[in-house]
Amino acid sequence: MNVNLTEEELDFQQEVRTFLEEKYPDDIREKQDKRIPLDREDSIRWQKILFEQGWAAINWPVEYGGTGWTPVQKYIFDRELGAVNAPEFVPFGMKMVAPIIYTFGNDEQKQRFLPDILQSNVWWCQGYSEPGSGSDLASLKTKADRQQDHYLVNGTKTWTTSAHLADWIFCLVRTSSDVARRQEGISFLLIDMTTPGVSVKPIITIDGGREVNEVHFDNVRVPLDNLVGEEGKGWTYGKVLLQHERTGMAIVSRSEYRLKQLKDKAAQSVHGAAPLMDDRNFAGKIAAVEIELKALEYTELRTLAAVAVGKAPGPESSILKIKGTEVQQQLDILFLEAAGYYGLPYVPDQYRVDFPKSEWIGHGAETKSSLIYFNNRKATIYGGSNEIQKNIVAKHVLGL
Amino acid sequence: MDFSLSEEQAMLADSIARFIDNDYDFESRQKIAGSGKGYSPEMWRNFAELGWTAVPFAEEDGGLGGGPIELMLLMQQFGRGLVVEPYLATIVMAGGVLQRAASAGQKEKWLTGIIDGSIQAALAFSEPQSRFEFTDIRTSAKKDGDGYLLNGFKNLVLNGGNADLLVIPARTSGSQTDKDGITLFAVAADTSGIDKRSYATIDAHQAAELSLMDVQVDADSVIGEPEQGFAALAAVIDQATLAVCAEALGIMRTMQDKTVEYSKNRIQFGVPIGTFQALQHRMVDTLMALEQTQSLLLWTTMLNAAGDAGATKSISALKYQIGTAGQKLAQEAVQIHGGMGVTWELDISHYFKRFTAIELLFGNADFHLNRYIDSP
Repeated sequence: MNVNLTEEELDFQQEVRTFLEEKYPDDIREKQDKRIPLDREDSIRWQKILFEQGWAAINWPVEYGGTGWTPVQKYIFDRELGAVNAPEFVPFGMKMVAPIIYTFGNDEQKQRFLPDILQSNVWWCQGYSEPGSGSDLASLKTKADRQQDHYLVNGTKTWTTSAHLADWIFCLVRTSSDVARRQEGISFLLIDMTTPGVSVKPIITIDGGREVNEVHFDNVRVPLDNLVGEEGKGWTYGKVLLQHERTGMAIVSRSEYRLKQLKDKAAQSVHGAAPLMDDRNFAGKIAAVEIELKALEYTELRTLAAVAVGKAPGPESSILKIKGTEVQQQLDILFLEAAGYYGLPYVPDQYRVDFPKSEWIGHGAETKSSLIYFNNRKATIYGGSNEIQKNIVAKHVLGL
Repeated sequence: MDFSLSEEQAMLADSIARFIDNDYDFESRQKIAGSGKGYSPEMWRNFAELGWTAVPFAEEDGGLGGGPIELMLLMQQFGRGLVVEPYLATIVMAGGVLQRAASAGQKEKWLTGIIDGSIQAALAFSEPQSRFEFTDIRTSAKKDGDGYLLNGFKNLVLNGGNADLLVIPARTSGSQTDKDGITLFAVAADTSGIDKRSYATIDAHQAAELSLMDVQVDADSVIGEPEQGFAALAAVIDQATLAVCAEALGIMRTMQDKTVEYSKNRIQFGVPIGTFQALQHRMVDTLMALEQTQSLLLWTTMLNAAGDAGATKSISALKYQIGTAGQKLAQEAVQIHGGMGVTWELDISHYFKRFTAIELLFGNADFHLNRYIDSP
């Protein structure tokens, strides 16, 4: 029993820290800490910094530009980034479609798509959910009819994060309805967002923000070359992808960062009033989250130890997603409680860089706490809702 | 044992329910919330014509003499309709202070206009440091000739931007959190030295921050006895708390109904999601939370209507229940609606936001749990 890092791992950790001290841009750090949303250019700039360091594709095989790191190194890297609240890599290209392309795509597709993803030259989005197909993804209806030299795509995708910023979309589409199981007849298709017939409609979320969209396909002609792997096997590929999505969600170090922010804030006195931490009810709730988070850290370490000896991440990743999102949401509400009445003003405009300081409401980012609480209710819904995660655990862990 | 309403009460409940159904659908509400003032002056005139702005005031002041029961009926329906008109701020809070403590002259000057719908008002009950303790007041009122000079800062003044009348608690003596030494002032909103910063709140209501810089007011603007503002303020905050609790009940019931309905219609895996036991049991849990909270609301309302000594403590019990069991219900309603639950388009997210604002208003669950423990 030993969770200490080896000499080499400690050296690596120091290397990551030094890199972050030197290369993490101050303006992006400031935005992150003030919870000002990054624009597309910020994200790309940061991702290109990682690319230049050779640290963009931490999970990819070395031959395509990956780091070749051990699972422990990847873990250290993620934790160190989380510890300084550095932006998360926009996952759609790097973490989602690229693994499908290098695992199931042909050589031409690898050459065509992977370098641009590696260098953050091309922005991707994910076309899975449909208005009638959320948790029950296999019921998807977007059709791709095979014509002479192209697929003709018709249908609607929804909850598509960043579709309004994206250059390409990867989709699960139905290429055949004449199948024994609904999971068959689904294919994995890459579609250029500038193709005629593709249109994007915003979905405004509870907090008034725009991050998700509906994407409509109206007689969109997609070259046959854009099919990844075999026709009708898309479901299998997509499932691999969901597994990848789930493993990236526990985000323990990011929750630890937030917990520390919250404790610092709650320990401060406002205009001579007693600090919130003096309230045993509140302190008790903080302690409960802290304990849950510690347990989650060790659950993550146990998963990591299994992966480190070559076991594939399995349904345990569902546990990390469920508990990880629950902890996030507990923190969300504690931030709102700490904000008190400063959680009530709806002033999203003040979270812009050029907003005049004299007009600012609150002492810090308290007025953002409600919006984060509202927006992050999605965390237990997206990427396979927590109900679906529990079904997976029931089936694959408990054998029910 | 009788939980039934009187004939007048039933008529009142019925008329508001019909109004919400016919004139205040979600689309209209969203339009009003997005309009310039954030509420509809025309709707407000309707409220006055229907007599609702007169409900809680004594008959000798031109009111209808309604009490906590009438207020409960009204606020539950306002919750169901997500009404953004400033009933709480103008009628329950500012009007409540005047009703309890104002002189005949002040009532003539302000309350008559509040009742007939021509005056908007606000109570500046909160300061940056005070969190949920309304007695924590740093704003000072210093004697200045015959009158006073007010200096200080108020945050979250509900309806503060639209108000013609500001009711301002200020400290004339005592230390920052003393009950004694609080004096209440009725101040015209356009008095010089008052700097307003209006903003919308997360639930599409309106509020303002007030900065008071050497605001000169005359002695006539003192409501009730100088130094003795606590009693009226405390009674009004209690009634306002009870009012938003009733509103929360209207919201909870609507969210519960809409969620059950959604689960009957949303098909996944070839069946309505409401057929899954995992969801059924959770909706039964939230139903129980709802009915338990409704029971507490009735108990609290009756204690308040009777002027029982335990009335204040019962309000804390109810507010705690809303901040715990109610919060769970609201979160489950969003979760069971899936992605649709976190869209602006669907009403469920707006119920969620108003409910969340109510959770904080006049103290969250922790605050009221402490107050409950500390009450005799």
